[in-house]
Amino acid sequence: MTTNSPSEKRLEELREQAWKESAVTGRGVDVAGGPIPRKPGYYGQAVVKPPVWTWQVPLYFFSGGIAGMSAVIASGAIIFDHIDLARTAMWLASIAGAILSPVLLIMDLGRPHLFLNMLRVFKHRSAMSMGAWILTAFGACAVPGLIAIELHAHQIFPGTLDQLLRVAAGIFVFAAAIFGTLLATYTGVLIGVTAIPAWFLHRTLLPIHFGTAGLGSAAAVLELLGHRMPALNFLGFYAAAVETALLIWLSVDKHDKADRAIHEHASGWLIRIGEVLNGPLALVLRLFGLIPLAAISFLIGALVSRFGWIAVGKVSGADPEAVFAAERY
Amino acid sequence: MIGEGTHSTNQRRHNYVQENVEVGFFTDPTVCIGCKACEVACKEWNEVPDDGFTWSGNSYDNTGHLGASTWRHVLFLEQDRQKGNQLVGSHSLGNGDGEDPFRWVFLSDVCKHCEEAGCLEACPTGSIVRTETGTVFVQDDVCNGCGYCVVSCPFGVIDRRPEPLPNAGGAFKCTFCYDRQKSGLVPACAKVCPTESIVFGRLDDLRARASKRVQQLKQNGYDDAQLYDPLETSVRGIHAFFLILGEPEAYGLPPKPQIPTIYLKSAWTSAFATAIASIIATLLAFAFFS
Repeated sequence: MTTNSPSEKRLEELREQAWKESAVTGRGVDVAGGPIPRKPGYYGQAVVKPPVWTWQVPLYFFSGGIAGMSAVIASGAIIFDHIDLARTAMWLASIAGAILSPVLLIMDLGRPHLFLNMLRVFKHRSAMSMGAWILTAFGACAVPGLIAIELHAHQIFPGTLDQLLRVAAGIFVFAAAIFGTLLATYTGVLIGVTAIPAWFLHRTLLPIHFGTAGLGSAAAVLELLGHRMPALNFLGFYAAAVETALLIWLSVDKHDKADRAIHEHASGWLIRIGEVLNGPLALVLRLFGLIPLAAISFLIGALVSRFGWIAVGKVSGADPEAVFAAERY
Repeated sequence: MIGEGTHSTNQRRHNYVQENVEVGFFTDPTVCIGCKACEVACKEWNEVPDDGFTWSGNSYDNTGHLGASTWRHVLFLEQDRQKGNQLVGSHSLGNGDGEDPFRWVFLSDVCKHCEEAGCLEACPTGSIVRTETGTVFVQDDVCNGCGYCVVSCPFGVIDRRPEPLPNAGGAFKCTFCYDRQKSGLVPACAKVCPTESIVFGRLDDLRARASKRVQQLKQNGYDDAQLYDPLETSVRGIHAFFLILGEPEAYGLPPKPQIPTIYLKSAWTSAFATAIASIIATLLAFAFFS
């Protein structure tokens, strides 16, 4: 005699499933007697290891991008004699690049007290090693650059010494700009040169995205700090236009199962939301002259998409079918 | 071929480290009995902590996968294929013709010790090094746990050990018992293997032995026996190679593993182009919109 109680219904469901699929799945009852194989690869286990990185890493990508590209904007400002803008930009570069970024990077290490081991060797074939040296070089140029430009701006020293400071400021800021462009873009190389399918399949796009998002974010922060200049607005347009193009690239350049983490799952949504915010939406807001809104939209988008790319790595790395499919490309 | 007793390279002392001889593991699932002695020996000798006990439901495999605290892992494959010329039972649960071909394959997985190793290239501290015998070794006191090797291994072997395990935060994987090798001893897993499914020895000897074994198996009806040793990809061969029955995917092995450094050129080109474009855009911005 059957009843309609929930427990009886559950048993009916199990019978139904067993009848239809000739196996009932669940924790601990996954294999015995079932048709084989039902999961891709070895019981659906990951073939490569997903990244172990936590929230500090995407945040570092974001702050490193802002810091590096701030130094580029500072150089342009110095050349065209916008000293106030150059000073703010160098403060931004120093705080984000010489304090925030190293702290985030060290926090993410499994053994933070051994962070100096990063500078034991110089390996040009390791993007992580190159990144550590780029960040160090950037900090070593940005901070003296900031000090020199501030001392010069306040006319602390007289005559010749002040002229020397002016020259020193120029040299350090330009050097910081060179290392800054690398600081903002190497992070794309870092995750592009790995065994994670959704990452290495987009190794060309990633440095463009991270670098341009860094430039747009630096301009956006400077605008929000009160520097309303047509030059920064132009950079905002440029970055949003490039990001819009990348959004189109990403939706056209699909690799089926190999990079489905970008187009499916929550990770795919993070990427899309991020790219819409710092691409088309920021562009439209800027066209309507809503500069602060455009700046905020771009910054949120740049931040969300960095988290999105790390999330994509976690999903893609755990997906054995993605690894098998990626080997065709 | 098997059961060479005291003459086996698994039981002999050697001077491979002193003589800079390339060594390897040849792992043969057709003689593996799934006893997991290799897993136990590895954990005991290397004092690898236990990383939890979970009931996977995946055949007799409750180890799961290689990781920071699992350096040997016996795979248990259940496949609806015949094993060699074995007799196939017939019973009511089989397919339409009453036959139910089935095989149970055991294979002891381990770090592959690649000729071109992704983890070694990625390591920013120089913690991961190549030893005299050609194996890949992590110096634990140098590793700062950046985690870049984890995503750079095409085989998903190396991993960062999480809290609260001992020595947490560092990256760990099979050491090829470098400490034992330096003293002329054989790696613990090979030493304990009762059927010599794991054979330790000179790499060139093992490669010759392996291809002979494949031929022998094919003669005995194991049509899908093949060597898994990606010599043709950018990994350029592995020191711990395997004989497998069927496709590598079923063992969780990538059919064409690549070392990620082959992507360096295109990624850096893109980075430099972006760097130059950003500088030009900034100069244009200030030149025309000031």
